[in-house]
Order: sequence, then structure tokens, then C-alpha cells
Amino acid sequence: MRAVLTGRGAFTTMTGPSTPCEGADAVTSVTEAERPAARAPRPGGDRRVTDRGAWFLVLPALIPILILSVGPLLYGILLSFTDAQSGRTEATRWIGGLNFQDLLHDTLFWESFRIGLVWAVAVTVPQFLLALGLALLLNQDLRLRWLARALAIVPWAMPEVVVGVMWRLVYAPDAGILNETLRDLGLGDGRDWLSGLGTALPAVVVVGVWAGMPTTTVALLAGLQNTPRELHEAAAVDGAGPWRRFRTVTWPALRPVALSITALNLIWNFNSFALVYVLTSGGPGGRTRLPMLFAYEEAFRYGQFGYAAAMGCVMVAAVSVLLAVLLAGRLRGGEAA
Amino acid sequence: MRTSRAGQYAALLAYLVFLAFPFLWLVSTAFKPPQELASLHPTWIPENPTLANFRQAFDEQPLLDAALNSLAAALGTAVIAVLLATPMAYVMARRRTRLARAATGWVVVSQAFPLVLVIIPLFLVLKNLRLIDSMTGLVMVYVVWALPFALWMLVGYVRAVPRELEEAAAVDGAGRLRILVSVTAPLLAPGLVATALFAFVTAWNEFFFALVLLKTPEKQTLPVVLTHFIGAEGVADLGPLAAAAFLATLPSLVVFALIQRRITGGMLTGAVKS
Repeated sequence: MRAVLTGRGAFTTMTGPSTPCEGADAVTSVTEAERPAARAPRPGGDRRVTDRGAWFLVLPALIPILILSVGPLLYGILLSFTDAQSGRTEATRWIGGLNFQDLLHDTLFWESFRIGLVWAVAVTVPQFLLALGLALLLNQDLRLRWLARALAIVPWAMPEVVVGVMWRLVYAPDAGILNETLRDLGLGDGRDWLSGLGTALPAVVVVGVWAGMPTTTVALLAGLQNTPRELHEAAAVDGAGPWRRFRTVTWPALRPVALSITALNLIWNFNSFALVYVLTSGGPGGRTRLPMLFAYEEAFRYGQFGYAAAMGCVMVAAVSVLLAVLLAGRLRGGEAA
Repeated sequence: MRTSRAGQYAALLAYLVFLAFPFLWLVSTAFKPPQELASLHPTWIPENPTLANFRQAFDEQPLLDAALNSLAAALGTAVIAVLLATPMAYVMARRRTRLARAATGWVVVSQAFPLVLVIIPLFLVLKNLRLIDSMTGLVMVYVVWALPFALWMLVGYVRAVPRELEEAAAVDGAGRLRILVSVTAPLLAPGLVATALFAFVTAWNEFFFALVLLKTPEKQTLPVVLTHFIGAEGVADLGPLAAAAFLATLPSLVVFALIQRRITGGMLTGAVKS
């Protein structure tokens, strides 16, 4: 996921450097004033030349994108209507919606799908709340803020596999620090967190929250810098308490960033793979088998390419619905503002 | 007022502990001798620190080969992604064409689809090209996968280069290429470096594609080799595992420390300007 990891990186950097310099608009108006003048003598001619120049600059990136990203995506959707299997010699046949019919009755998949939704929500919500708290703190004039800012993005820098390994060490039944701390506090002998039927999913969710906090925090911190300081001060002078100031001044300014990062987090978390693969590989008894893990096994352990592609399509549909809901929320927010 | 300050510091401290303790525990475990790892009462600071885990890690798995493979993949991805993305980012930043808008839309959409839908066709396509189990194939995939955020970053950096400078150079009679090379490129250089480093970390950390696309053990990258320390039943020799994980993280942390200011700082200046 988070594109997966790294997908994670994408968002913050998007809001980051891409915002500056709307100041270039003044210049834009100059060039736009020129353009019609240049076009006047030779209609279309000049423009076509510059467009060709633009295409020439764009093609080096566009061709790989079309071949290795857009192409495979479409091919994948087509595959979901076939009986494609790995290492089979007969030709792949078109079987229509049969994969989807099978999928409909595949209780294991729907169980995995449900776990995926639970996981996505259970990770995204605390991730947002904790990151919001941290961002608000980092926005204050506190000492050690530099250290906190540096530490806050450490999980982001780490390979997901290492994050998984690290938390395995924390959760280790004997030599793990979690059980040792519980023993020290007299809270019992601890347990084998990652293989307990009841504890595996919550334990993995904590890791998910930890791993995703940096991107969310950095994005929210950037949003906070956008809230007008004068308004804040004015509200304080008028006697508004911290909660009231947060609701009336900070939150309206933060809302668009908050919605975007939450939408992305939901998608990234729902599509998450490496963390759980390393922590539990989907166990115990499938309690943490996220849909990505399920589809991966279907495709690369059992070789059912067509069937796994159909699962991918169902996941895309689910993500699209989530996105649509959130985007609708965003548009409504835009009208209100 | 003073109590609320104290509360804030307490909260900050709690965050710092939560964020830092797993990593400190990893470091602690990496330097512990086997007796201490087996002990029922593990300590934060190893009583008899040792490098034995590191030696054992290198003996058990081809870590050096894996590190070199990861380095090759990361360097290849960083250089090629920036080379391909810069011209496109320039067009996206300077013109409002339909093409630029379509590209921006794709950047967003590409975040949304699950890798499993893409990996199966990619696997089939690369197999036909005989690029399965090859570094070339992996780097090709990484480049395309790193392009969306490389584009986002670069578009921001291009926009931050004032158009006036380019136009002044044009008035002085500089040609298009000349403007790009001697005016835009130098101002863009820090942005290019930051983008390249980000792509580097992305590829260095990546797991899923490497897991599916590389089969021969000698060709695998660090994250995949790390998972080999965990046995079939999920039983792992914790010491060597921790040592190897610690080593695999160092490059990412160093690179991130280099660009950290740019990530947080860049967002701040961006926010101030808008």
C-alpha cells in the first residue's frame, strides 16, 4: 500500500511543494495576452508547433506510464473475465462473469473483505486523531519541537518490512518488551499477541496506526500553517476558549487537508500488504488476512490469475465507493465555505 | 496557563515515547547475546553487548548481495525517474493543457488502485519480455511506480521558479534550450536532488513488487531477504533478524535525514506563499 509505502509519501509531497507560487498568475496573464496576438497572423500554426514541443517533453514519461501502469490496469480488468492461470499450456478462455459469480459465493473472500474494511477504518480513525493531536502540538512553540518533528517522520523512512520485524520484536512472547513491561507493572504474564485469535487483529492495527502517523501528521501540520493567525488571536481576545477556537478557526481551514489525507489513508490502508505479511502472514486462522494478502495467495500461490484479478476489481469498486463518499463530503464542504 | 504548558509537554513526551520505543527496542535486540534474548526478563540496555548477531545474519543470508541489489534498484529508479519526470513536470507546471490536467488526474487515480490488479498483468507482460527475475524489469516497474509523486514534487518545484526569470532571459535573446539549461535547471537543482532521494528511499524500501518479480535468491533485494529470517512456522531467530533489519534501515534514515527539512520545510513555505 500506501503505493503502498511509498504511496504514502506521495500525498504530503503533493500538498507541499505544489501549492507555492500561485503568484505566477500575474505573469500568466501577460503570456496569455501574447498568445492570441501570435496566433492571429497564422491561425493555429504556432500553437501546433509549441504543442508538438510539449508532447516531445511529455512522451518520455508518458510511454512508460501507458505501458506499465495504464495498460496493465486495463489488462487486469480484462483478465478478471477469463480463466487465466499460471503455467497452463492451453489457451486462456473468455468466461464472462463466472469469476464474479464464484466470488459472490466465496465466503472466505468476503470474510477477508470484511477484515479489510474493519482494518482500514480501525487504522485510519486513530491515525487521524493521534496525528491531529501531534500536529497541534508541533504547531506550538514548544522546546524539543525539532526532535519531535524529526522523530515523527522516522516510521515513514523505514521499510515496511522493517516496521513489521520491529513490532514482532516488541510483541515477542518471551523476549518482547511489551510482555516484560506488563509483567513489571503486575498486569499478568502477557501473552502471544500475534498468534492469539482475539489479539492478532488489534495488535496489527496498532502497528498500522504507528506506521501511518508521519504522513498524516506532516499533511495536517502543513494545513495548520494555513490557518490565519490573526483570526486565532482575535478569537482569543474575544474570549473564545481553546476548544471553541479550534472549532471555529482551525477546523474550517484544516478541513480540506483533513479530508484528503483521510481519503488517501483509507485507500492505502485497505490496500495494505507488507506490514501484515511480515507480522502474521494473515494468521492466526485468517483473522488478519487482508484482501490484498488473500488475492496475492490466490494469484501467486495457487496461480488463479483470473480469479485474483476479479478480486482486484471488487477492491477497486470498494475503494471507488469510499472515494466517492468522501469526495461528495468535500464538495459539500466547499459549497458551505 | 503554566499547567496547560506542562500538559502539552507531557503529551509531547508520550508521543515521542510511542514513536521511538519500537526502534530503540530493535537496536537493543540487535546487540544482545543469545542468552539475554532467551531470558524471560529482557532489559532495555544489553548487559553484554555483542556483534555476534550481525555476524550470524551475514552467515545465514546473502545480505551483502541483497544490499547491492537494493542499491542498484534504488539508484536506477532515482536517476531514471527524475530524468523522465522533469520534462513532463515542466510542461504540467507551465501550461494548462488538457494533457497536463489528464496527467494530474492520473497521479491521483494511480494512488487508488490495488497493486494486485496491476501486478498480475505486469507479471504476464514482463514474462513475455523475459524480464521476470531481472533487475531491469524491477527497475522499470519501480520507475513507473515512483513517477506519480516524483511528478507532484517536481511540478511544485518548477512552479517555484519565477517565470519572470525565464522571460527576462528570453528578452535577452536566450533560446529555449539555453533558458532551460542555464536559468531553470540551476534553480531546480535542489528540487531534483530531493525528488531523486525520495525515489531512492521508495525503491530501497519496496517489498511487494520485489517479492513477486524476483525469484532467484541471489537477485532478491533486502526487504525480501529480511523475510527469509522468519521461518515457515513464523518462528524467527530474533537476534540476527534484528541486526539485519537495523542495517537495512540505516540508508533510508540517512537519506530521510537529508531531505527531512525539505519535506516539512517545503510544506511550510508552500503554505506561507499560498
